[in-house]
Amino acid sequence: MSAGHMISTIARRELTSYFASPVAYVFLVIFLLLTGFFTFTAGAFFERGEASLASFFMWHPWLYLVLVPAVGMRLWSEERRAGTLELLFTLPIAPWQAILGKFLASWLFLAIALGLSFPVILTVNVLGEPDNGQILAGYLGSLLMAGAYLAVTCMTSAMTRNQVVSFILSVVILLFLILAGFTPVTDLLVRWASPAFVDTVAAFSVMTHFDGFQRGVIDSRDLLFFLSVIGFALFATGVILRNHRAG
Amino acid sequence: MIRIENLAKTFGAKRAVDGVSFAVERGEVLGFLGPNGAGKSTTMRMITGFIPPTEGTVRVGAHDVVESPLQAKRLIGYLPEAAPSYPDMTVEGFLSFAADMRGLAGDTKKRAIGRVVERCFLASVIHQSIDTLSKGYRHRTCLAQALIHDPEVLILDEPTDGLDPNQKHEVRNLIRELGASKAIVFSTHILEEVDAACSRAIIIDRGKIVANGTPAELRAMSVFAGAVTLQASGADTETMTAKLAALDGVARVEAVDGALRAYPRDSSASGRLVRTVVELAAREGWQLDGLRTEEGQLDEVFRRITLPDTVKAPSR
Ligand SMILES: Nc1ncnc2c1ncn2[C@@H]1O[C@H](COP(=O)(O)OP(=O)(O)O)[C@@H](O)[C@H]1O
Ligand SMILES: [Mg+2]
Repeated sequence: MSAGHMISTIARRELTSYFASPVAYVFLVIFLLLTGFFTFTAGAFFERGEASLASFFMWHPWLYLVLVPAVGMRLWSEERRAGTLELLFTLPIAPWQAILGKFLASWLFLAIALGLSFPVILTVNVLGEPDNGQILAGYLGSLLMAGAYLAVTCMTSAMTRNQVVSFILSVVILLFLILAGFTPVTDLLVRWASPAFVDTVAAFSVMTHFDGFQRGVIDSRDLLFFLSVIGFALFATGVILRNHRAG
Repeated sequence: MIRIENLAKTFGAKRAVDGVSFAVERGEVLGFLGPNGAGKSTTMRMITGFIPPTEGTVRVGAHDVVESPLQAKRLIGYLPEAAPSYPDMTVEGFLSFAADMRGLAGDTKKRAIGRVVERCFLASVIHQSIDTLSKGYRHRTCLAQALIHDPEVLILDEPTDGLDPNQKHEVRNLIRELGASKAIVFSTHILEEVDAACSRAIIIDRGKIVANGTPAELRAMSVFAGAVTLQASGADTETMTAKLAALDGVARVEAVDGALRAYPRDSSASGRLVRTVVELAAREGWQLDGLRTEEGQLDEVFRRITLPDTVKAPSR
C-alpha cells in the first residue's frame, strides 16, 4: 500500500466526516458572512474608491485567528477522546501519513471556504479594473496562512483530549504569531528594544509574511516561512502524539 | 505467531507490565485473565504496536513490532477495550474505511465486508450511523473491523464486555471457530469464557504472569481439585467426618451443604481418593446417595492467586 493511498484514505474519511455534520455548513456560512461584513462594512470597501481586494485580505489574519482553530481543534483531540487514536495507530499506517492526511483534509475544507468567497472577485471586476494577479497572490497567501494556522491547531489538538482546550491554546499561539508583526505592537516595541530585535521578532509573524502577498508580491522567503511553519507544527504534532502513546 | 519476551511497561513510577513472556501459535486461543488493572490492556497495546514497550520485545509473525511496525500490524486484527469507532460514519462506511486501510479494493473488499457483516451479525444496521447504535452493535462493528482482512493474529481486549448473554455466546463461538486457523489472544475477567473458548490461559496480576496452562491444568491448581464430595447416610456426621479424616491420603474434611468433602493430602493421593472413600463406606455400611470428584474451580484459583495477601488471610 503506497503512502499516497494511505494519506488519501485518511483524508477522504476526514473530509466526509466534516460534511456529515451540519457544523461544516454553519461554518461555511459564518465564514462567508464574516468576510462579507469585514470587507464591505468594516473594511470600507466602497469608500476606498479603488478596485482592489485590500479590504478583503487585510482581515484574514484576524478572521482566521478564530475560524481556523474552530475547524482544526477536533483533529486529534477527538481521536484521543473517542479512543479511535488506538485504532488508527494499530492500523498499518505510518504516523506521518495519518497526520498529513488529516491536515490536508482540513486544509482542503478551508480552501473550499476561501474559494466560496469568489463573488468578491466578481464584484471588484464588475466595479472596476483590479489587478487580478495581485488578487490571485492574495488568495495564495491567504491559503498558505490558513494552512500555517491549521498546522498550529493540529499541534495543539494533539496535546489534549479536550477540543476547547485545544482551541484556546491555538488561539493564544496564533495571537503571538500575529502580534509579533502587527504594526501597532512593533511601534510600541521599538521604544524599548533595538530595531534589530524588533525586526527579528517580526520575522516570525504571519503579518510580516502575508503583507507581500497582499501587495501582489510572491516572495520565496514568505512562501518558505508559511511552509516551514506548517512543516514544523506537523512535525511537532508527530512528536506530541508519540510521547502521548509512550505514556 | 506471537512471541513476547520480558515485556515491561513503566508509567511514571508504576510498573504496569513487569517482565511478561509467552508465545502463541497458530491454532491457539490464549485467554488472558487478570483482575482490573493487572496490565492486560497495556500488554495488548504493546503487542499491537500502539504503545512502545519500556523493555522487552514483541514479535508477530517474523516481524519485531518496534522495528517493523507496519509489517507486524498488517498481520494483526485488533479490538481495543473501548471498541472505538467513528460515530459520524455508517457501519458500512466505517468497514469500507477499514478495508481501504488494509489495502482491500474492488470485489475483494466487497466480499470482505459481506463476510464480516455476516459473522458479526451487522446486516440489520449496515446503513445506520454508528452513534445511533446500541453498545452491543458498536462493539461488534469494531470487532468486524478487526476481522476485515482475515488476519493471522487476533488481539481482542474484552471482546464480550457489554454484550448480552446471547451475544456473548455468539462471540465466544466465533472466537473458538476462528481460533482453528489463527493465533488469538483475548482478555476477559469472565472465567466461564476460559472453558468456552480457550485452548490455554494465562493469569496476570500486578503486571506479572502468575499462572499459565490449559484450563484443566489451571483447575487442577484449585484446592478443590481431586477432593471427594459425598452424601451418605448410615452414621451421624461426626462419626463419618472422623472416619474420613482418619483415612490415609485425606488432609481434612469439611461439611458443605449437607455433604462432606474430603480433601486429598497431595496430588498423588487425589487419584486414589475416591476408591478409598468408596471402600470405607462399604466397610462401615454407609449408603451412598451422592459421590463426586471435584474438578477444581477456576474462580477459586483466580481469587487465591490474584488477591493481595492481606485480603486472603482472614483479618483478626
Ligand atoms: N497511559 C497510562 N498512564 C498511566 N498509567 C496507566 C496507563 N495505562 C494504564 N495504566 C495503569 O497501568 C495499570 C494496568 O492497566 P491495564 O493494562 O489497563 O489493566 P487491565 O487491562 O488488566 O485492567 C493500571 O494500574 C493503570 O492505571
Ligand atoms: Mg483492560
